[in-house]
Amino acid sequence: MYQKNPSITKGIDWMMVWFYIALVVFGLICIFTVEYKTSDDVMSTLLGFQKEYSKQFYFFLLSLVVAIFILLTDSKFFTATANLGYVFGILLIMATFVAGKEVGGSKSWIPLGFMNIQPVEVCKIFTSLALAKYLSLPDTNFSKPKSQLIAAAIAFAPAILSVLQSEPGAAIVYFSFVIAFFREGLPAIYITLMFSVTILVVASIVMPPNALLIVLTVIAGIFILLYKRKIRRDKAILVLIVGAWILSVGIQKFMVPALFETVLKPHQVVRILTTFGMDDYKFKDSLRNVDMQKEFRKLGTKKKGAGEKVESYNVKQSKIAIGSGGFAGKGFLKGTQTRGDFVPAQNTDFIFSSVGESFGFIGCTILMLLYFGMMYRMIFIAERQRSPFSRVYAYCVTGILFFHVALNICMTLGIAPSPGITLPLLSYGGSSLLTFTVLIFILIKLDADRQLVLR
Amino acid sequence: MSVFNQSRKNVVRLMLAGMFLIIIARLLTLQVFTSKYKLMADDQGIFKKVVYPERGIIMDRNGIPILQNTVIYDLMVTPGKIRGTDTTLLCNILGIDSTEFSKRIITAIIKNKSYRPSIFEALLSEEKMAKISEYLYKFSPGYYLQERPVRKYPYDAAANVLGYLAEVDSNFLRKHADEGYVSGDYAGMTGLERSYERVLMGERGIEYWKKDNKNRLTDRWEDGRFDTTAIAGQNMYTSIDIKLQEFGEKLMENKLGSIVAIDPKTGGILAMVSAPTYKPQLLTGAERRKHFSQLFLNPALPLLNRTVSATYSPGSTFKTLQALVGLHEGVITPEFTLSCSGAFYGCGSGRPMRCLDIGTFDLRNAIRLSDNTYFATVMQKVINNPKYPSVDSALTVWDNYMYAFGLGKRLGVDVPSEKRGYIPTPEFYDRSFGKGHWNYCSFRSVSIGQGEVDVTPLQVANEMAFIANKGWYIIPHVVDSIDGGDKFGVLDKYKEKHNTIDIPASIFDVVHDGMQAVVDGGTGAGARVKDIAICGKTGTVENSFRGVKQPNHTFFCAFAPRENPKIAIMCVIENSGRYGGTYPAPIVGMMIEKYLNDTLAGKAREEQAERMSKLNLMPTRIYQELRRQDSMRHSKDSAYLLSKGYIKIIKDTIGIEDSEDDEDLRKPKAADDKKKKDKDTSASIKAQPAILPDEQQQPTPKPDNKNK
Repeated sequence: MYQKNPSITKGIDWMMVWFYIALVVFGLICIFTVEYKTSDDVMSTLLGFQKEYSKQFYFFLLSLVVAIFILLTDSKFFTATANLGYVFGILLIMATFVAGKEVGGSKSWIPLGFMNIQPVEVCKIFTSLALAKYLSLPDTNFSKPKSQLIAAAIAFAPAILSVLQSEPGAAIVYFSFVIAFFREGLPAIYITLMFSVTILVVASIVMPPNALLIVLTVIAGIFILLYKRKIRRDKAILVLIVGAWILSVGIQKFMVPALFETVLKPHQVVRILTTFGMDDYKFKDSLRNVDMQKEFRKLGTKKKGAGEKVESYNVKQSKIAIGSGGFAGKGFLKGTQTRGDFVPAQNTDFIFSSVGESFGFIGCTILMLLYFGMMYRMIFIAERQRSPFSRVYAYCVTGILFFHVALNICMTLGIAPSPGITLPLLSYGGSSLLTFTVLIFILIKLDADRQLVLR
Repeated sequence: MSVFNQSRKNVVRLMLAGMFLIIIARLLTLQVFTSKYKLMADDQGIFKKVVYPERGIIMDRNGIPILQNTVIYDLMVTPGKIRGTDTTLLCNILGIDSTEFSKRIITAIIKNKSYRPSIFEALLSEEKMAKISEYLYKFSPGYYLQERPVRKYPYDAAANVLGYLAEVDSNFLRKHADEGYVSGDYAGMTGLERSYERVLMGERGIEYWKKDNKNRLTDRWEDGRFDTTAIAGQNMYTSIDIKLQEFGEKLMENKLGSIVAIDPKTGGILAMVSAPTYKPQLLTGAERRKHFSQLFLNPALPLLNRTVSATYSPGSTFKTLQALVGLHEGVITPEFTLSCSGAFYGCGSGRPMRCLDIGTFDLRNAIRLSDNTYFATVMQKVINNPKYPSVDSALTVWDNYMYAFGLGKRLGVDVPSEKRGYIPTPEFYDRSFGKGHWNYCSFRSVSIGQGEVDVTPLQVANEMAFIANKGWYIIPHVVDSIDGGDKFGVLDKYKEKHNTIDIPASIFDVVHDGMQAVVDGGTGAGARVKDIAICGKTGTVENSFRGVKQPNHTFFCAFAPRENPKIAIMCVIENSGRYGGTYPAPIVGMMIEKYLNDTLAGKAREEQAERMSKLNLMPTRIYQELRRQDSMRHSKDSAYLLSKGYIKIIKDTIGIEDSEDDEDLRKPKAADDKKKKDKDTSASIKAQPAILPDEQQQPTPKPDNKNK
């Protein structure tokens, strides 16, 4: 299995490369359309490393260099160093507790001089590789709790560390590995449970507590009626239903309030509440109530009439920018909202608002087709792998990409809370761009060597 | 193991597809099916910047600009950028201390935040401007100068004719709701600036600018494709002769009163002097407010345009008109003679009207020496003419003559705040005495221009033009033509001749004879100018104020030359004392000479003009009032004066009658007035003066005085 012809282009999936380049260029155009002032000279500002589009351009060049290095690397290197890399990644995250730099309120960055690296971001690569390594081991059996636990530990250790760094947004992305687990045989019951719990938590935020209690009880009652005969035969089912009911009520009555009352920071609570258009959550602790009101004011939320929903300033501005783009958009360099700095963080988290404003529905649809086209291509690539390592890794990357895209875009469209995660390959920022470059090109490299069976 | 789970890839694919659809659906609703975001975006992202066009300039009859534009500067500050500038130097130049400095900076920050520019000092004086521009490099980028266009008066004359600009108030905005004014705009408040506001202001342009989240303008929206360009205001050519105007203002210094000179052929106003006047420059620029309140509180009312807004009894100048009526009605002939034995006894012996020149007069001499008895008799003959069934109908006929002469109604001059004056009607006497309980003797003093008659100086000048033209006049007006055409049709009414009653030229010749005699060897001999045939008439009105007899108002009106008249002129001096021939006649003579010969003949004449200019005929009560104000000002500010109604007292002391809105007395003319009002609005001439908010209605005492 020795590689006789180490040409870097051999076996490369060019469609993936084109998707990649198209998305990065799309991002550059979006940053350019916001930042560029008519009086600026295009070439000198592009090369000047002053404007964000210039910096992003250099990050892009750097990413290409990194990509070429990855393609030049023997793919066995990735399997061999997967576990080591994972340990390194964890250590990197831990290092931020000691030597982290504070950017945007969280001390989760490591300065590298010309750019900052966010270990939680970078650690996605190592985690993906480590998971691929573990799941491709012959003695891993996903139907056994032991394997499930180890896989979960690998996936969520960085997430837990990142929550400790008050960067919960980045942690959410680690849930994306569930997609890979699912593909590798995680029993569907876990997925169902996850969805159920999510729905329950959302319901307990949105619905009045007692109404939800009644609904839960009614559901439990219906189940008991449906399974009346089976219960007569097997009391365990009744125990199961009652247990589920007790658990649900526990989550609804105690866990969610506890989360809101003590665990989450006021600004996080506010972000979650505003997504559901709520501003009247009553806390038992009056001090926390006061903090909460402050936080609401800080976000610039306001409720005009009784029928109006509260909206955070960011999301509202983002919606205005996207909505005002209309069908065909206002055109390149013509967006009034994004160019007028109305949308906060519009080159990073809210870059989709620039797409929406400048290029309209058509532009957004094209971008979505690029993203989802890329994801479908990844699934296609994953399924053609002979090596489980490559397949698991491909699914991990697909999941990460999917979570990032879905959460970010739903946030800018005002249908999900804003956890502060970037739009892959488009958002301004070297850390994010490099991470996804590495993720994608390792996949391309593994795919190029798909004839090898890697362990 | 993977083989068993291969079908799960489809679940993942489905999940992706679901998410894709959710996003696309959401995008559709936001971008395609909802239009409110577009509106919200335009609302916060696009700024409509109004571009003010240059205001039109005004030229005199010789094309000399008498009202121009210039720029002065506001010093602007962006508090966020001032770090490192030499604050001490700036404070020294502006003459402020550091406390004042920080106060202004804080105000600026409160008003406009620290990243937007605010005015640090508005309307810099020339001196400060010079110093600041010298050191401006030291103050930038925190400070910069911003142009602001203002009006400039090259001659510092004709203040009341030209008028001034002021910031529009809420009342103005309400009245002109759909004309695009916004608060902070300037608009003409008086004079031509007001009546030709639409012509002068031009058309505003709108520039669409993108603005950012801090309300700073960034660049043009859509490269200015939807912008409208500002169109400069139109320039106007007036009939004013600025040299004559200046000369008139000089002659009227230290006096209360006015001069109106009209070109009888065109109706164009040559000079319109209201004394005292003010330097128009005072009401532009930095100290505008201060000057305005000073002028506003001045008891001599310099802001009042007396030529159109003050009314007087016409006195003997009225007699020429009575002669015309008498002759045209056929109740007298030029040869009709009457001897005055000392008074008019036509109404019995009770309170007769005295005449000063005892003797026998024919019409010519009656005009020459202004004989009261003669004209009292003439009007008696008109009113008691057996041709008319009653005194009512006869007075109506007489009224129609007066209206035909341009009295008793607003002429429609293009200077705002014109008063109507008053010609008594039968209905008025019906109300005063009861129907059928009055006859000629009830109002005999009207015949000599006393009693219930009221005219403005402009009406008298116009009446001179009417006589000079032998039977027609064109409504007096200041603006002759508008550069680029009269888009609003405001000048149309100044093109037509008014000759309601055809009076044969021979009748005018007789009156002209008498009027020439006035100047050549009668009461108005003071107006005589070598080699110019002037026809004139004096007038003297005794008057009293609050029961205290005041010095006479004196009048002189004239036109010249007698053949092919070029100027019709009226001069009134309030409370000058003595007679119409004493002061106004020489003033009119000099004005005519100045206009017709372009200069005064000889040194003696110039010295006479100089003496006349220095002659102080200001009534003593004005000085008393000024002193009283001064002493009050020590303890009280002007706001207090206003609130306590002192302004009213001051106005009362002027004794200017304003019974304009006394509709009860004027019912019969209401229809006529309505017509006029319509006309007025179409010409955008507003009758109410902006500067004198509530002029008090107060009857001027009208003693049944003897008259010379």
